[in-house]
Amino acid sequence: MAVPDYNETVLDHYENPRNIGRLEAADGVGTAGNPDDGDFLRLAIRVEDDRLVEVRFQTFGCPAAIAAGSMATELLTGKSIEDAHLFRNHDVVEALGGLPEGKEQCSVLAEQALREALAALPGA
Amino acid sequence: MRPWLETEFGNAASSGHDWGHRAGAAVERARDSVARFLGVKPGEVIFTAGATEADNLAVKGGARAARAAGKGEHLVTTAIEHHAVLESVEALEREGFTSTVVYPGADGIVPPEAIADAIEDDTVLVSVMAANGEIGTLQPVAEIGALCRERGVLFHSDATQMIGKLPFDASLCDLASVSAHKFHGPKGVGALTVRDGVEIEPLFSGGGQERGLRSGTLNVPGIVGLGAVCDLRSKEMEAEAVRVRALRDRLWGGIRERIPEAHLNGSLEHRLPGNLNVSFARCDGEALLTALRGFALSTGSACQSGVTEPSAVLLALDVPPNLARGSLRFGLGGGNTEAEIDALLGALAPAVERLRALAPEPA
Repeated sequence: MAVPDYNETVLDHYENPRNIGRLEAADGVGTAGNPDDGDFLRLAIRVEDDRLVEVRFQTFGCPAAIAAGSMATELLTGKSIEDAHLFRNHDVVEALGGLPEGKEQCSVLAEQALREALAALPGA
Repeated sequence: MRPWLETEFGNAASSGHDWGHRAGAAVERARDSVARFLGVKPGEVIFTAGATEADNLAVKGGARAARAAGKGEHLVTTAIEHHAVLESVEALEREGFTSTVVYPGADGIVPPEAIADAIEDDTVLVSVMAANGEIGTLQPVAEIGALCRERGVLFHSDATQMIGKLPFDASLCDLASVSAHKFHGPKGVGALTVRDGVEIEPLFSGGGQERGLRSGTLNVPGIVGLGAVCDLRSKEMEAEAVRVRALRDRLWGGIRERIPEAHLNGSLEHRLPGNLNVSFARCDGEALLTALRGFALSTGSACQSGVTEPSAVLLALDVPPNLARGSLRFGLGGGNTEAEIDALLGALAPAVERLRALAPEPA
């Protein structure tokens, strides 16, 4: 198959993903997808004063999944827990300036992993 | 080809005037060239609009004629065939035929014994490709051809990926499909070789061209181009195969040296000279392609709507889905150079390393 037509923002986040890796002092960790058969994303958050002060991700996926994970961490850093609950994968797609047809769904893993991470927060 | 596009507009089927006569003679010269290149008689070459048509004509035409002759209605093919063959078999199933799909071994080669086991009393046709385009593996056409002849079953081989890259003897088959554009010829033209005495039903009704097996006005410029490329390849092919194989081996050697957990898909020994197909563990094929978008590569896996579908050919070889999705196909040709191979290696190794660093550690 050919490479889909990704825009510059997507390619930038794919080539230089932000906030990659594990978070040693994570308050909540969530995963989405299937590590054995398909795309997989792991999102870790650290919270101070009801705000997400650090967000990191790791993923095994296509360029759209990598770029979406990266953009999600940028959008989420600094958000209040309350605002983080309102976060949708649509926000990521919009911030990336759109994804090629059929690729929007690749951004959904970040939202799913975030829900799990938020639910794992102490006192959630 | 140019005269036949610019000044010579004769219809090869109209021998009543000079223009038609010249076009007809040019088609026959091309037929001689194709026949010589493939080791068959000129009368055994039927021109088509490409290998898809040739595959359809062979599989559907061969099966329908055999059933009409009361020979049965069972077909044998393999899991790694081109869609033109697989979907022709499916279409025949809707007409009441049954089929057995044979799987290759882990080396990407279909064992002749597995074909022998799949042939039943009412089997009328076996279709096994000469070489697989994705993993490059060469199939035992001579052995399968011999056993089909012994059992009185028609043998078709889609030789599209093989012809022009390695010597191919179409006389080993009852029916063999050819595509011109797969070996630097024009697009939209191909041929089916039909061994003397083999009965097939035509797909098209009409003017009865090509011994009645392929009605329709002949594509004179395309056919002339196919003939010319056969003449050309018969001179260059073997030396080029040696050169391309050396480039391919340089690439595989470099990958093995520089990239851990890189798995070759398919036999290295029984393989098209310019093909390399490698799975990189913990990498996504499309992500690799994107990192290497300055190079003309492909992956068999496709991610749509967040679901990655690994290559059906690799899954047929029992490659685990997570490894299959990280596969790249490298197709090398006569125009490639050692410097290009080295540049590719220089980009590939860090791309694999980078993608692996993004992935969660294996549990």
